Amino acid sequence: MTAFLAIVARDLRLGAGAQGAMLTTLLFFVLAVSLFPLGVGPEPQILARIASGAIWVAALLAAMLSLDRLFQADQEDGTLDLLAQAPLPLGLVALAKTLAHWLTTGLPLALIAPLLALLMQMETEAIPVLLLSLLLGTPSLSLIGAIGAALTLGARRGAVLVPLITLPLVIPVLIFGVGAVDAAAYGLSAQPHLLLLGAFLAAALALSPFALAGAIKLALE
Amino acid sequence: MALGVDRLACIRGERQLFSDLTFRLAPGEALLLHGPNGSGKSSLLRMLAGFLAPAAGRIVWDGTVPDDEEADGLRGRFCYLGHQDAVKPQLSARDNLVFWARLSGLAAERAEAAADQALDAAGLQRQKRLPSRYLSAGQKRRVALARLLLTDVPLWLLDEPSNALDRAAVDWLGGILAQHRAKGGMVVLASHVPVPLPDARLLELPDGRLT
Repeated sequence: MTAFLAIVARDLRLGAGAQGAMLTTLLFFVLAVSLFPLGVGPEPQILARIASGAIWVAALLAAMLSLDRLFQADQEDGTLDLLAQAPLPLGLVALAKTLAHWLTTGLPLALIAPLLALLMQMETEAIPVLLLSLLLGTPSLSLIGAIGAALTLGARRGAVLVPLITLPLVIPVLIFGVGAVDAAAYGLSAQPHLLLLGAFLAAALALSPFALAGAIKLALE
Repeated sequence: MALGVDRLACIRGERQLFSDLTFRLAPGEALLLHGPNGSGKSSLLRMLAGFLAPAAGRIVWDGTVPDDEEADGLRGRFCYLGHQDAVKPQLSARDNLVFWARLSGLAAERAEAAADQALDAAGLQRQKRLPSRYLSAGQKRRVALARLLLTDVPLWLLDEPSNALDRAAVDWLGGILAQHRAKGGMVVLASHVPVPLPDARLLELPDGRLT
């Protein structure tokens, strides 16, 4: 447990620092969403109609931004060898790094999303659901994305490959995330969508450590 | 705790680097790997660390071959130091060492004490709080080597440990190697330049001759 927490704490420090991923991810997210009113025009009805989709797609892309560096930075300077020696199964080492990635990217994204929802003229009753759907959905993005990042370790164009591998796999998260927000906007129950997001997260959390450990072992050779 | 290697072979990129490698290492013993570039010294070290699967043969700890689940428990028994220092430039030397100490399972206070002690031994008292990006290559190497002093592990696997070190630091390295062996520790070390490692056995790669 000490080792797990030590990895999370160190990655948080590295991620929140000046060269970290947190700030760029957040700025990208805010910028990408603010492009929509400029591109589609300021009519409130149109913006409100596309708000959920625009915010979710922007969050999806923003979460991909820093993923390729998740394990690569550690591999380049030899830290990965060190992490593999820790008295902690490799899957948990990777899970700790993924948790830190989510805390520095997914969580801030979810927390700032309600502000962007106001900008996009989203129905007020849908905004808490948006927050909840992002809080449930972004950890899945980090987990699946981490598998992509681990698989492309050592590949030349990892930055391009990671989204190519990851995005098709996270389409269900996008569908149910947007579904939940839209349901709330139309006055329907968002619960089924949120439950499905939760189920997806539970499955990703249980299965990804095995995939992560396997992929990193390959990269250590 | 003893380490044995039995008819080990290594294949990298469809090329056989070495085969039929056999040696034993008892507590207090050291093994120096010699050989030209590309003869498999680093690969042998990574194999002993469990990063690389042997193409043939086996690695035996105390007479038993660790299976996959035990390999997780094996991790606390060796300390591998490769070509790279694994020093994060954003963090200070001390923070780097504290992280490594906590990674090997030490509680926060003991980790900090161990890190301070190791840095003092490495002669880096004055650079403790400096972000590591300001350290020279030799100083970074000393931080990486100070990692060996954080915990008591029986086997040290060192790949060119004296890279970038000045003469005083090489003497210090010789000192900690001698101390480790006096405590019953084992060392496997690959180096092109002479390293102070008295009466170590010599393994010539790729033919595997032991002297």
